[in-house]
Amino acid sequence: MIPHRRSRTRRATEIVAFSLFGAAMAVALLALGIILYYILSRGSGAISWEFLTTFPRKGMTAGGIYPALVGSVYLTVGALVLALPLALGAAIFLVEYAREGPWVRVIRIGVNTLAGVPSIVFGLLGLALFVKALGIGVSVLAGSLTLGLLILPLLIRTAEEALRSVPRSFREGGLAVGATRWRTIRSIVLPAALPGILTGIVLGLSRAIGETAPIMFTAAAFFTPRLPTSPLDEVMALPYHIFVMATESPNAWKTKDLQYGAVLVLVGLVVVLNLGAILLRAHARRRKVW
Amino acid sequence: MNTPKRASPRHRSRLSRLAERADRPIFFVFGVVGLVALAVILFFVIREAVPVFRYVSASELLGPSWYPTSEPPFFGALPMIAATGLVTLGALLLAIPLGFASAGFVSEIAPPAFRDLAKSLLELLAAIPSVVYGFFGLTVVAPFVQRAFGLPTGQNALTASLILGLMALPTVASLAEDALTAVPKAHREASLALGASRWETTWRVVFPSAFSGLFGAAVLGMGRAVGETMAVLMVAGNSPVLTWSFLRPVRTLTAGIALEMAEAPYRSVHYHALFMLGAILLLITLATNGLAEWLRGRVARQGE
Repeated sequence: MIPHRRSRTRRATEIVAFSLFGAAMAVALLALGIILYYILSRGSGAISWEFLTTFPRKGMTAGGIYPALVGSVYLTVGALVLALPLALGAAIFLVEYAREGPWVRVIRIGVNTLAGVPSIVFGLLGLALFVKALGIGVSVLAGSLTLGLLILPLLIRTAEEALRSVPRSFREGGLAVGATRWRTIRSIVLPAALPGILTGIVLGLSRAIGETAPIMFTAAAFFTPRLPTSPLDEVMALPYHIFVMATESPNAWKTKDLQYGAVLVLVGLVVVLNLGAILLRAHARRRKVW
Repeated sequence: MNTPKRASPRHRSRLSRLAERADRPIFFVFGVVGLVALAVILFFVIREAVPVFRYVSASELLGPSWYPTSEPPFFGALPMIAATGLVTLGALLLAIPLGFASAGFVSEIAPPAFRDLAKSLLELLAAIPSVVYGFFGLTVVAPFVQRAFGLPTGQNALTASLILGLMALPTVASLAEDALTAVPKAHREASLALGASRWETTWRVVFPSAFSGLFGAAVLGMGRAVGETMAVLMVAGNSPVLTWSFLRPVRTLTAGIALEMAEAPYRSVHYHALFMLGAILLLITLATNGLAEWLRGRVARQGE
């Protein structure tokens, strides 16, 4: 291809170029390592049982993150409960009922586009539709609905992938013994796809718990003196709590330790959920030797 | 009326019986839920954005001054559109070379066992919440940038670009890797058989063959950077002044919405103007996704 260049130069070019490739990969992994190490080393000192189970005190300059943690769990679980049935239904349609064609293509492009919509735009929708037009107000429910829409495409895609990985012969077996199509899906296909669906659920939880922009106008409160007692109450949420403490508090520097602690708890939750998803996926793949 | 026979194995819930007869139409309704959600978003964002034209002309909306609470107010979104462009450009200058190169490393050099590990770690990098990136940027990167350039503040377009680049990196790298891996093995073998080295094969055969997919990866990385909110809000400095300098504080479209929506009274001009910023964002998203979707179609056709 390059006959005039001597082979030694070509060899040197190859070594340099591939080293740069390796260096790029190293930079990406190093960045991940630095961020995780930084948060772990600074935050671990703040973590205690008390930090996780008490309310903030003294105008949020002392105390724990309990209400923010509980609020985030409410919002996240609420989002999942609202979105999962819709996502499962959509995935079942795409895999089990739809015939490939322009319609399915449009549906799929819609799901992909929804996945690309910025999270702040979901926040705007939540404000205009759930908080104002439907009159739900700034609340756990409005926040969960907004987050539910946000994780919808992710849940649809993972459930679709899980259903697609179930071999055709399973369905043929069900239909051959006289079961209806829905009966076959419910009793044979869904159970076989369960590990893959669970992976999607875990990833959805991980995504929803870290999102801040969609809940800023729809659910999150700066501070609440008690836990929400109804889905129509405002809540504190962990990511919003971190944002407020790091930027808006006049005492931002005074609460550094609390901030590191809160960040570590959030990152810890996300990392644990993602590791869980990785293990689940490995489990699903191993089982695939049907 | 039939009495329900609970003990009988034949008993099925009413929902299930209905589903068995009308399963196709029922699931069709579920199937279009993504499209419906998208339509609802478009409808509501545009519905709340359009009334701004009752008070502000289109040319003023693209003007250089954004003073929403002054008397009279100015609603020129140009500084924020420019800032979004600036930090996105900076982010892509970081994420594209790093992403493509690390994708090349994984697909062309690294042992196959490394592929799953690298993909998992990239996924983890993508899973870290944006507020955490913002926090890291605020406490580590911004002070570093401030000292390195001797600036009054480290919260500027450069810091935002660095953080955004890091956030877009996993998207770009992972999709670029998919594109490179999809290049048929025969292309590589043919090139090597002609006497090309592995690097020449990678650079002159594999990368050009994967062009559509690589371009798609860059486009989706761009979408990620344009729409990112919390991290930019925390590190970009939030000054809504028109500038092309990376070392100045800037306010992006997303940050503008997040910052001011709480203060804008419901259905005031300001509120509608912020929804107009959202509509602009949505438009950019639709355009980038349309482009990515078209490229994906091209890749699929090439594979046949």
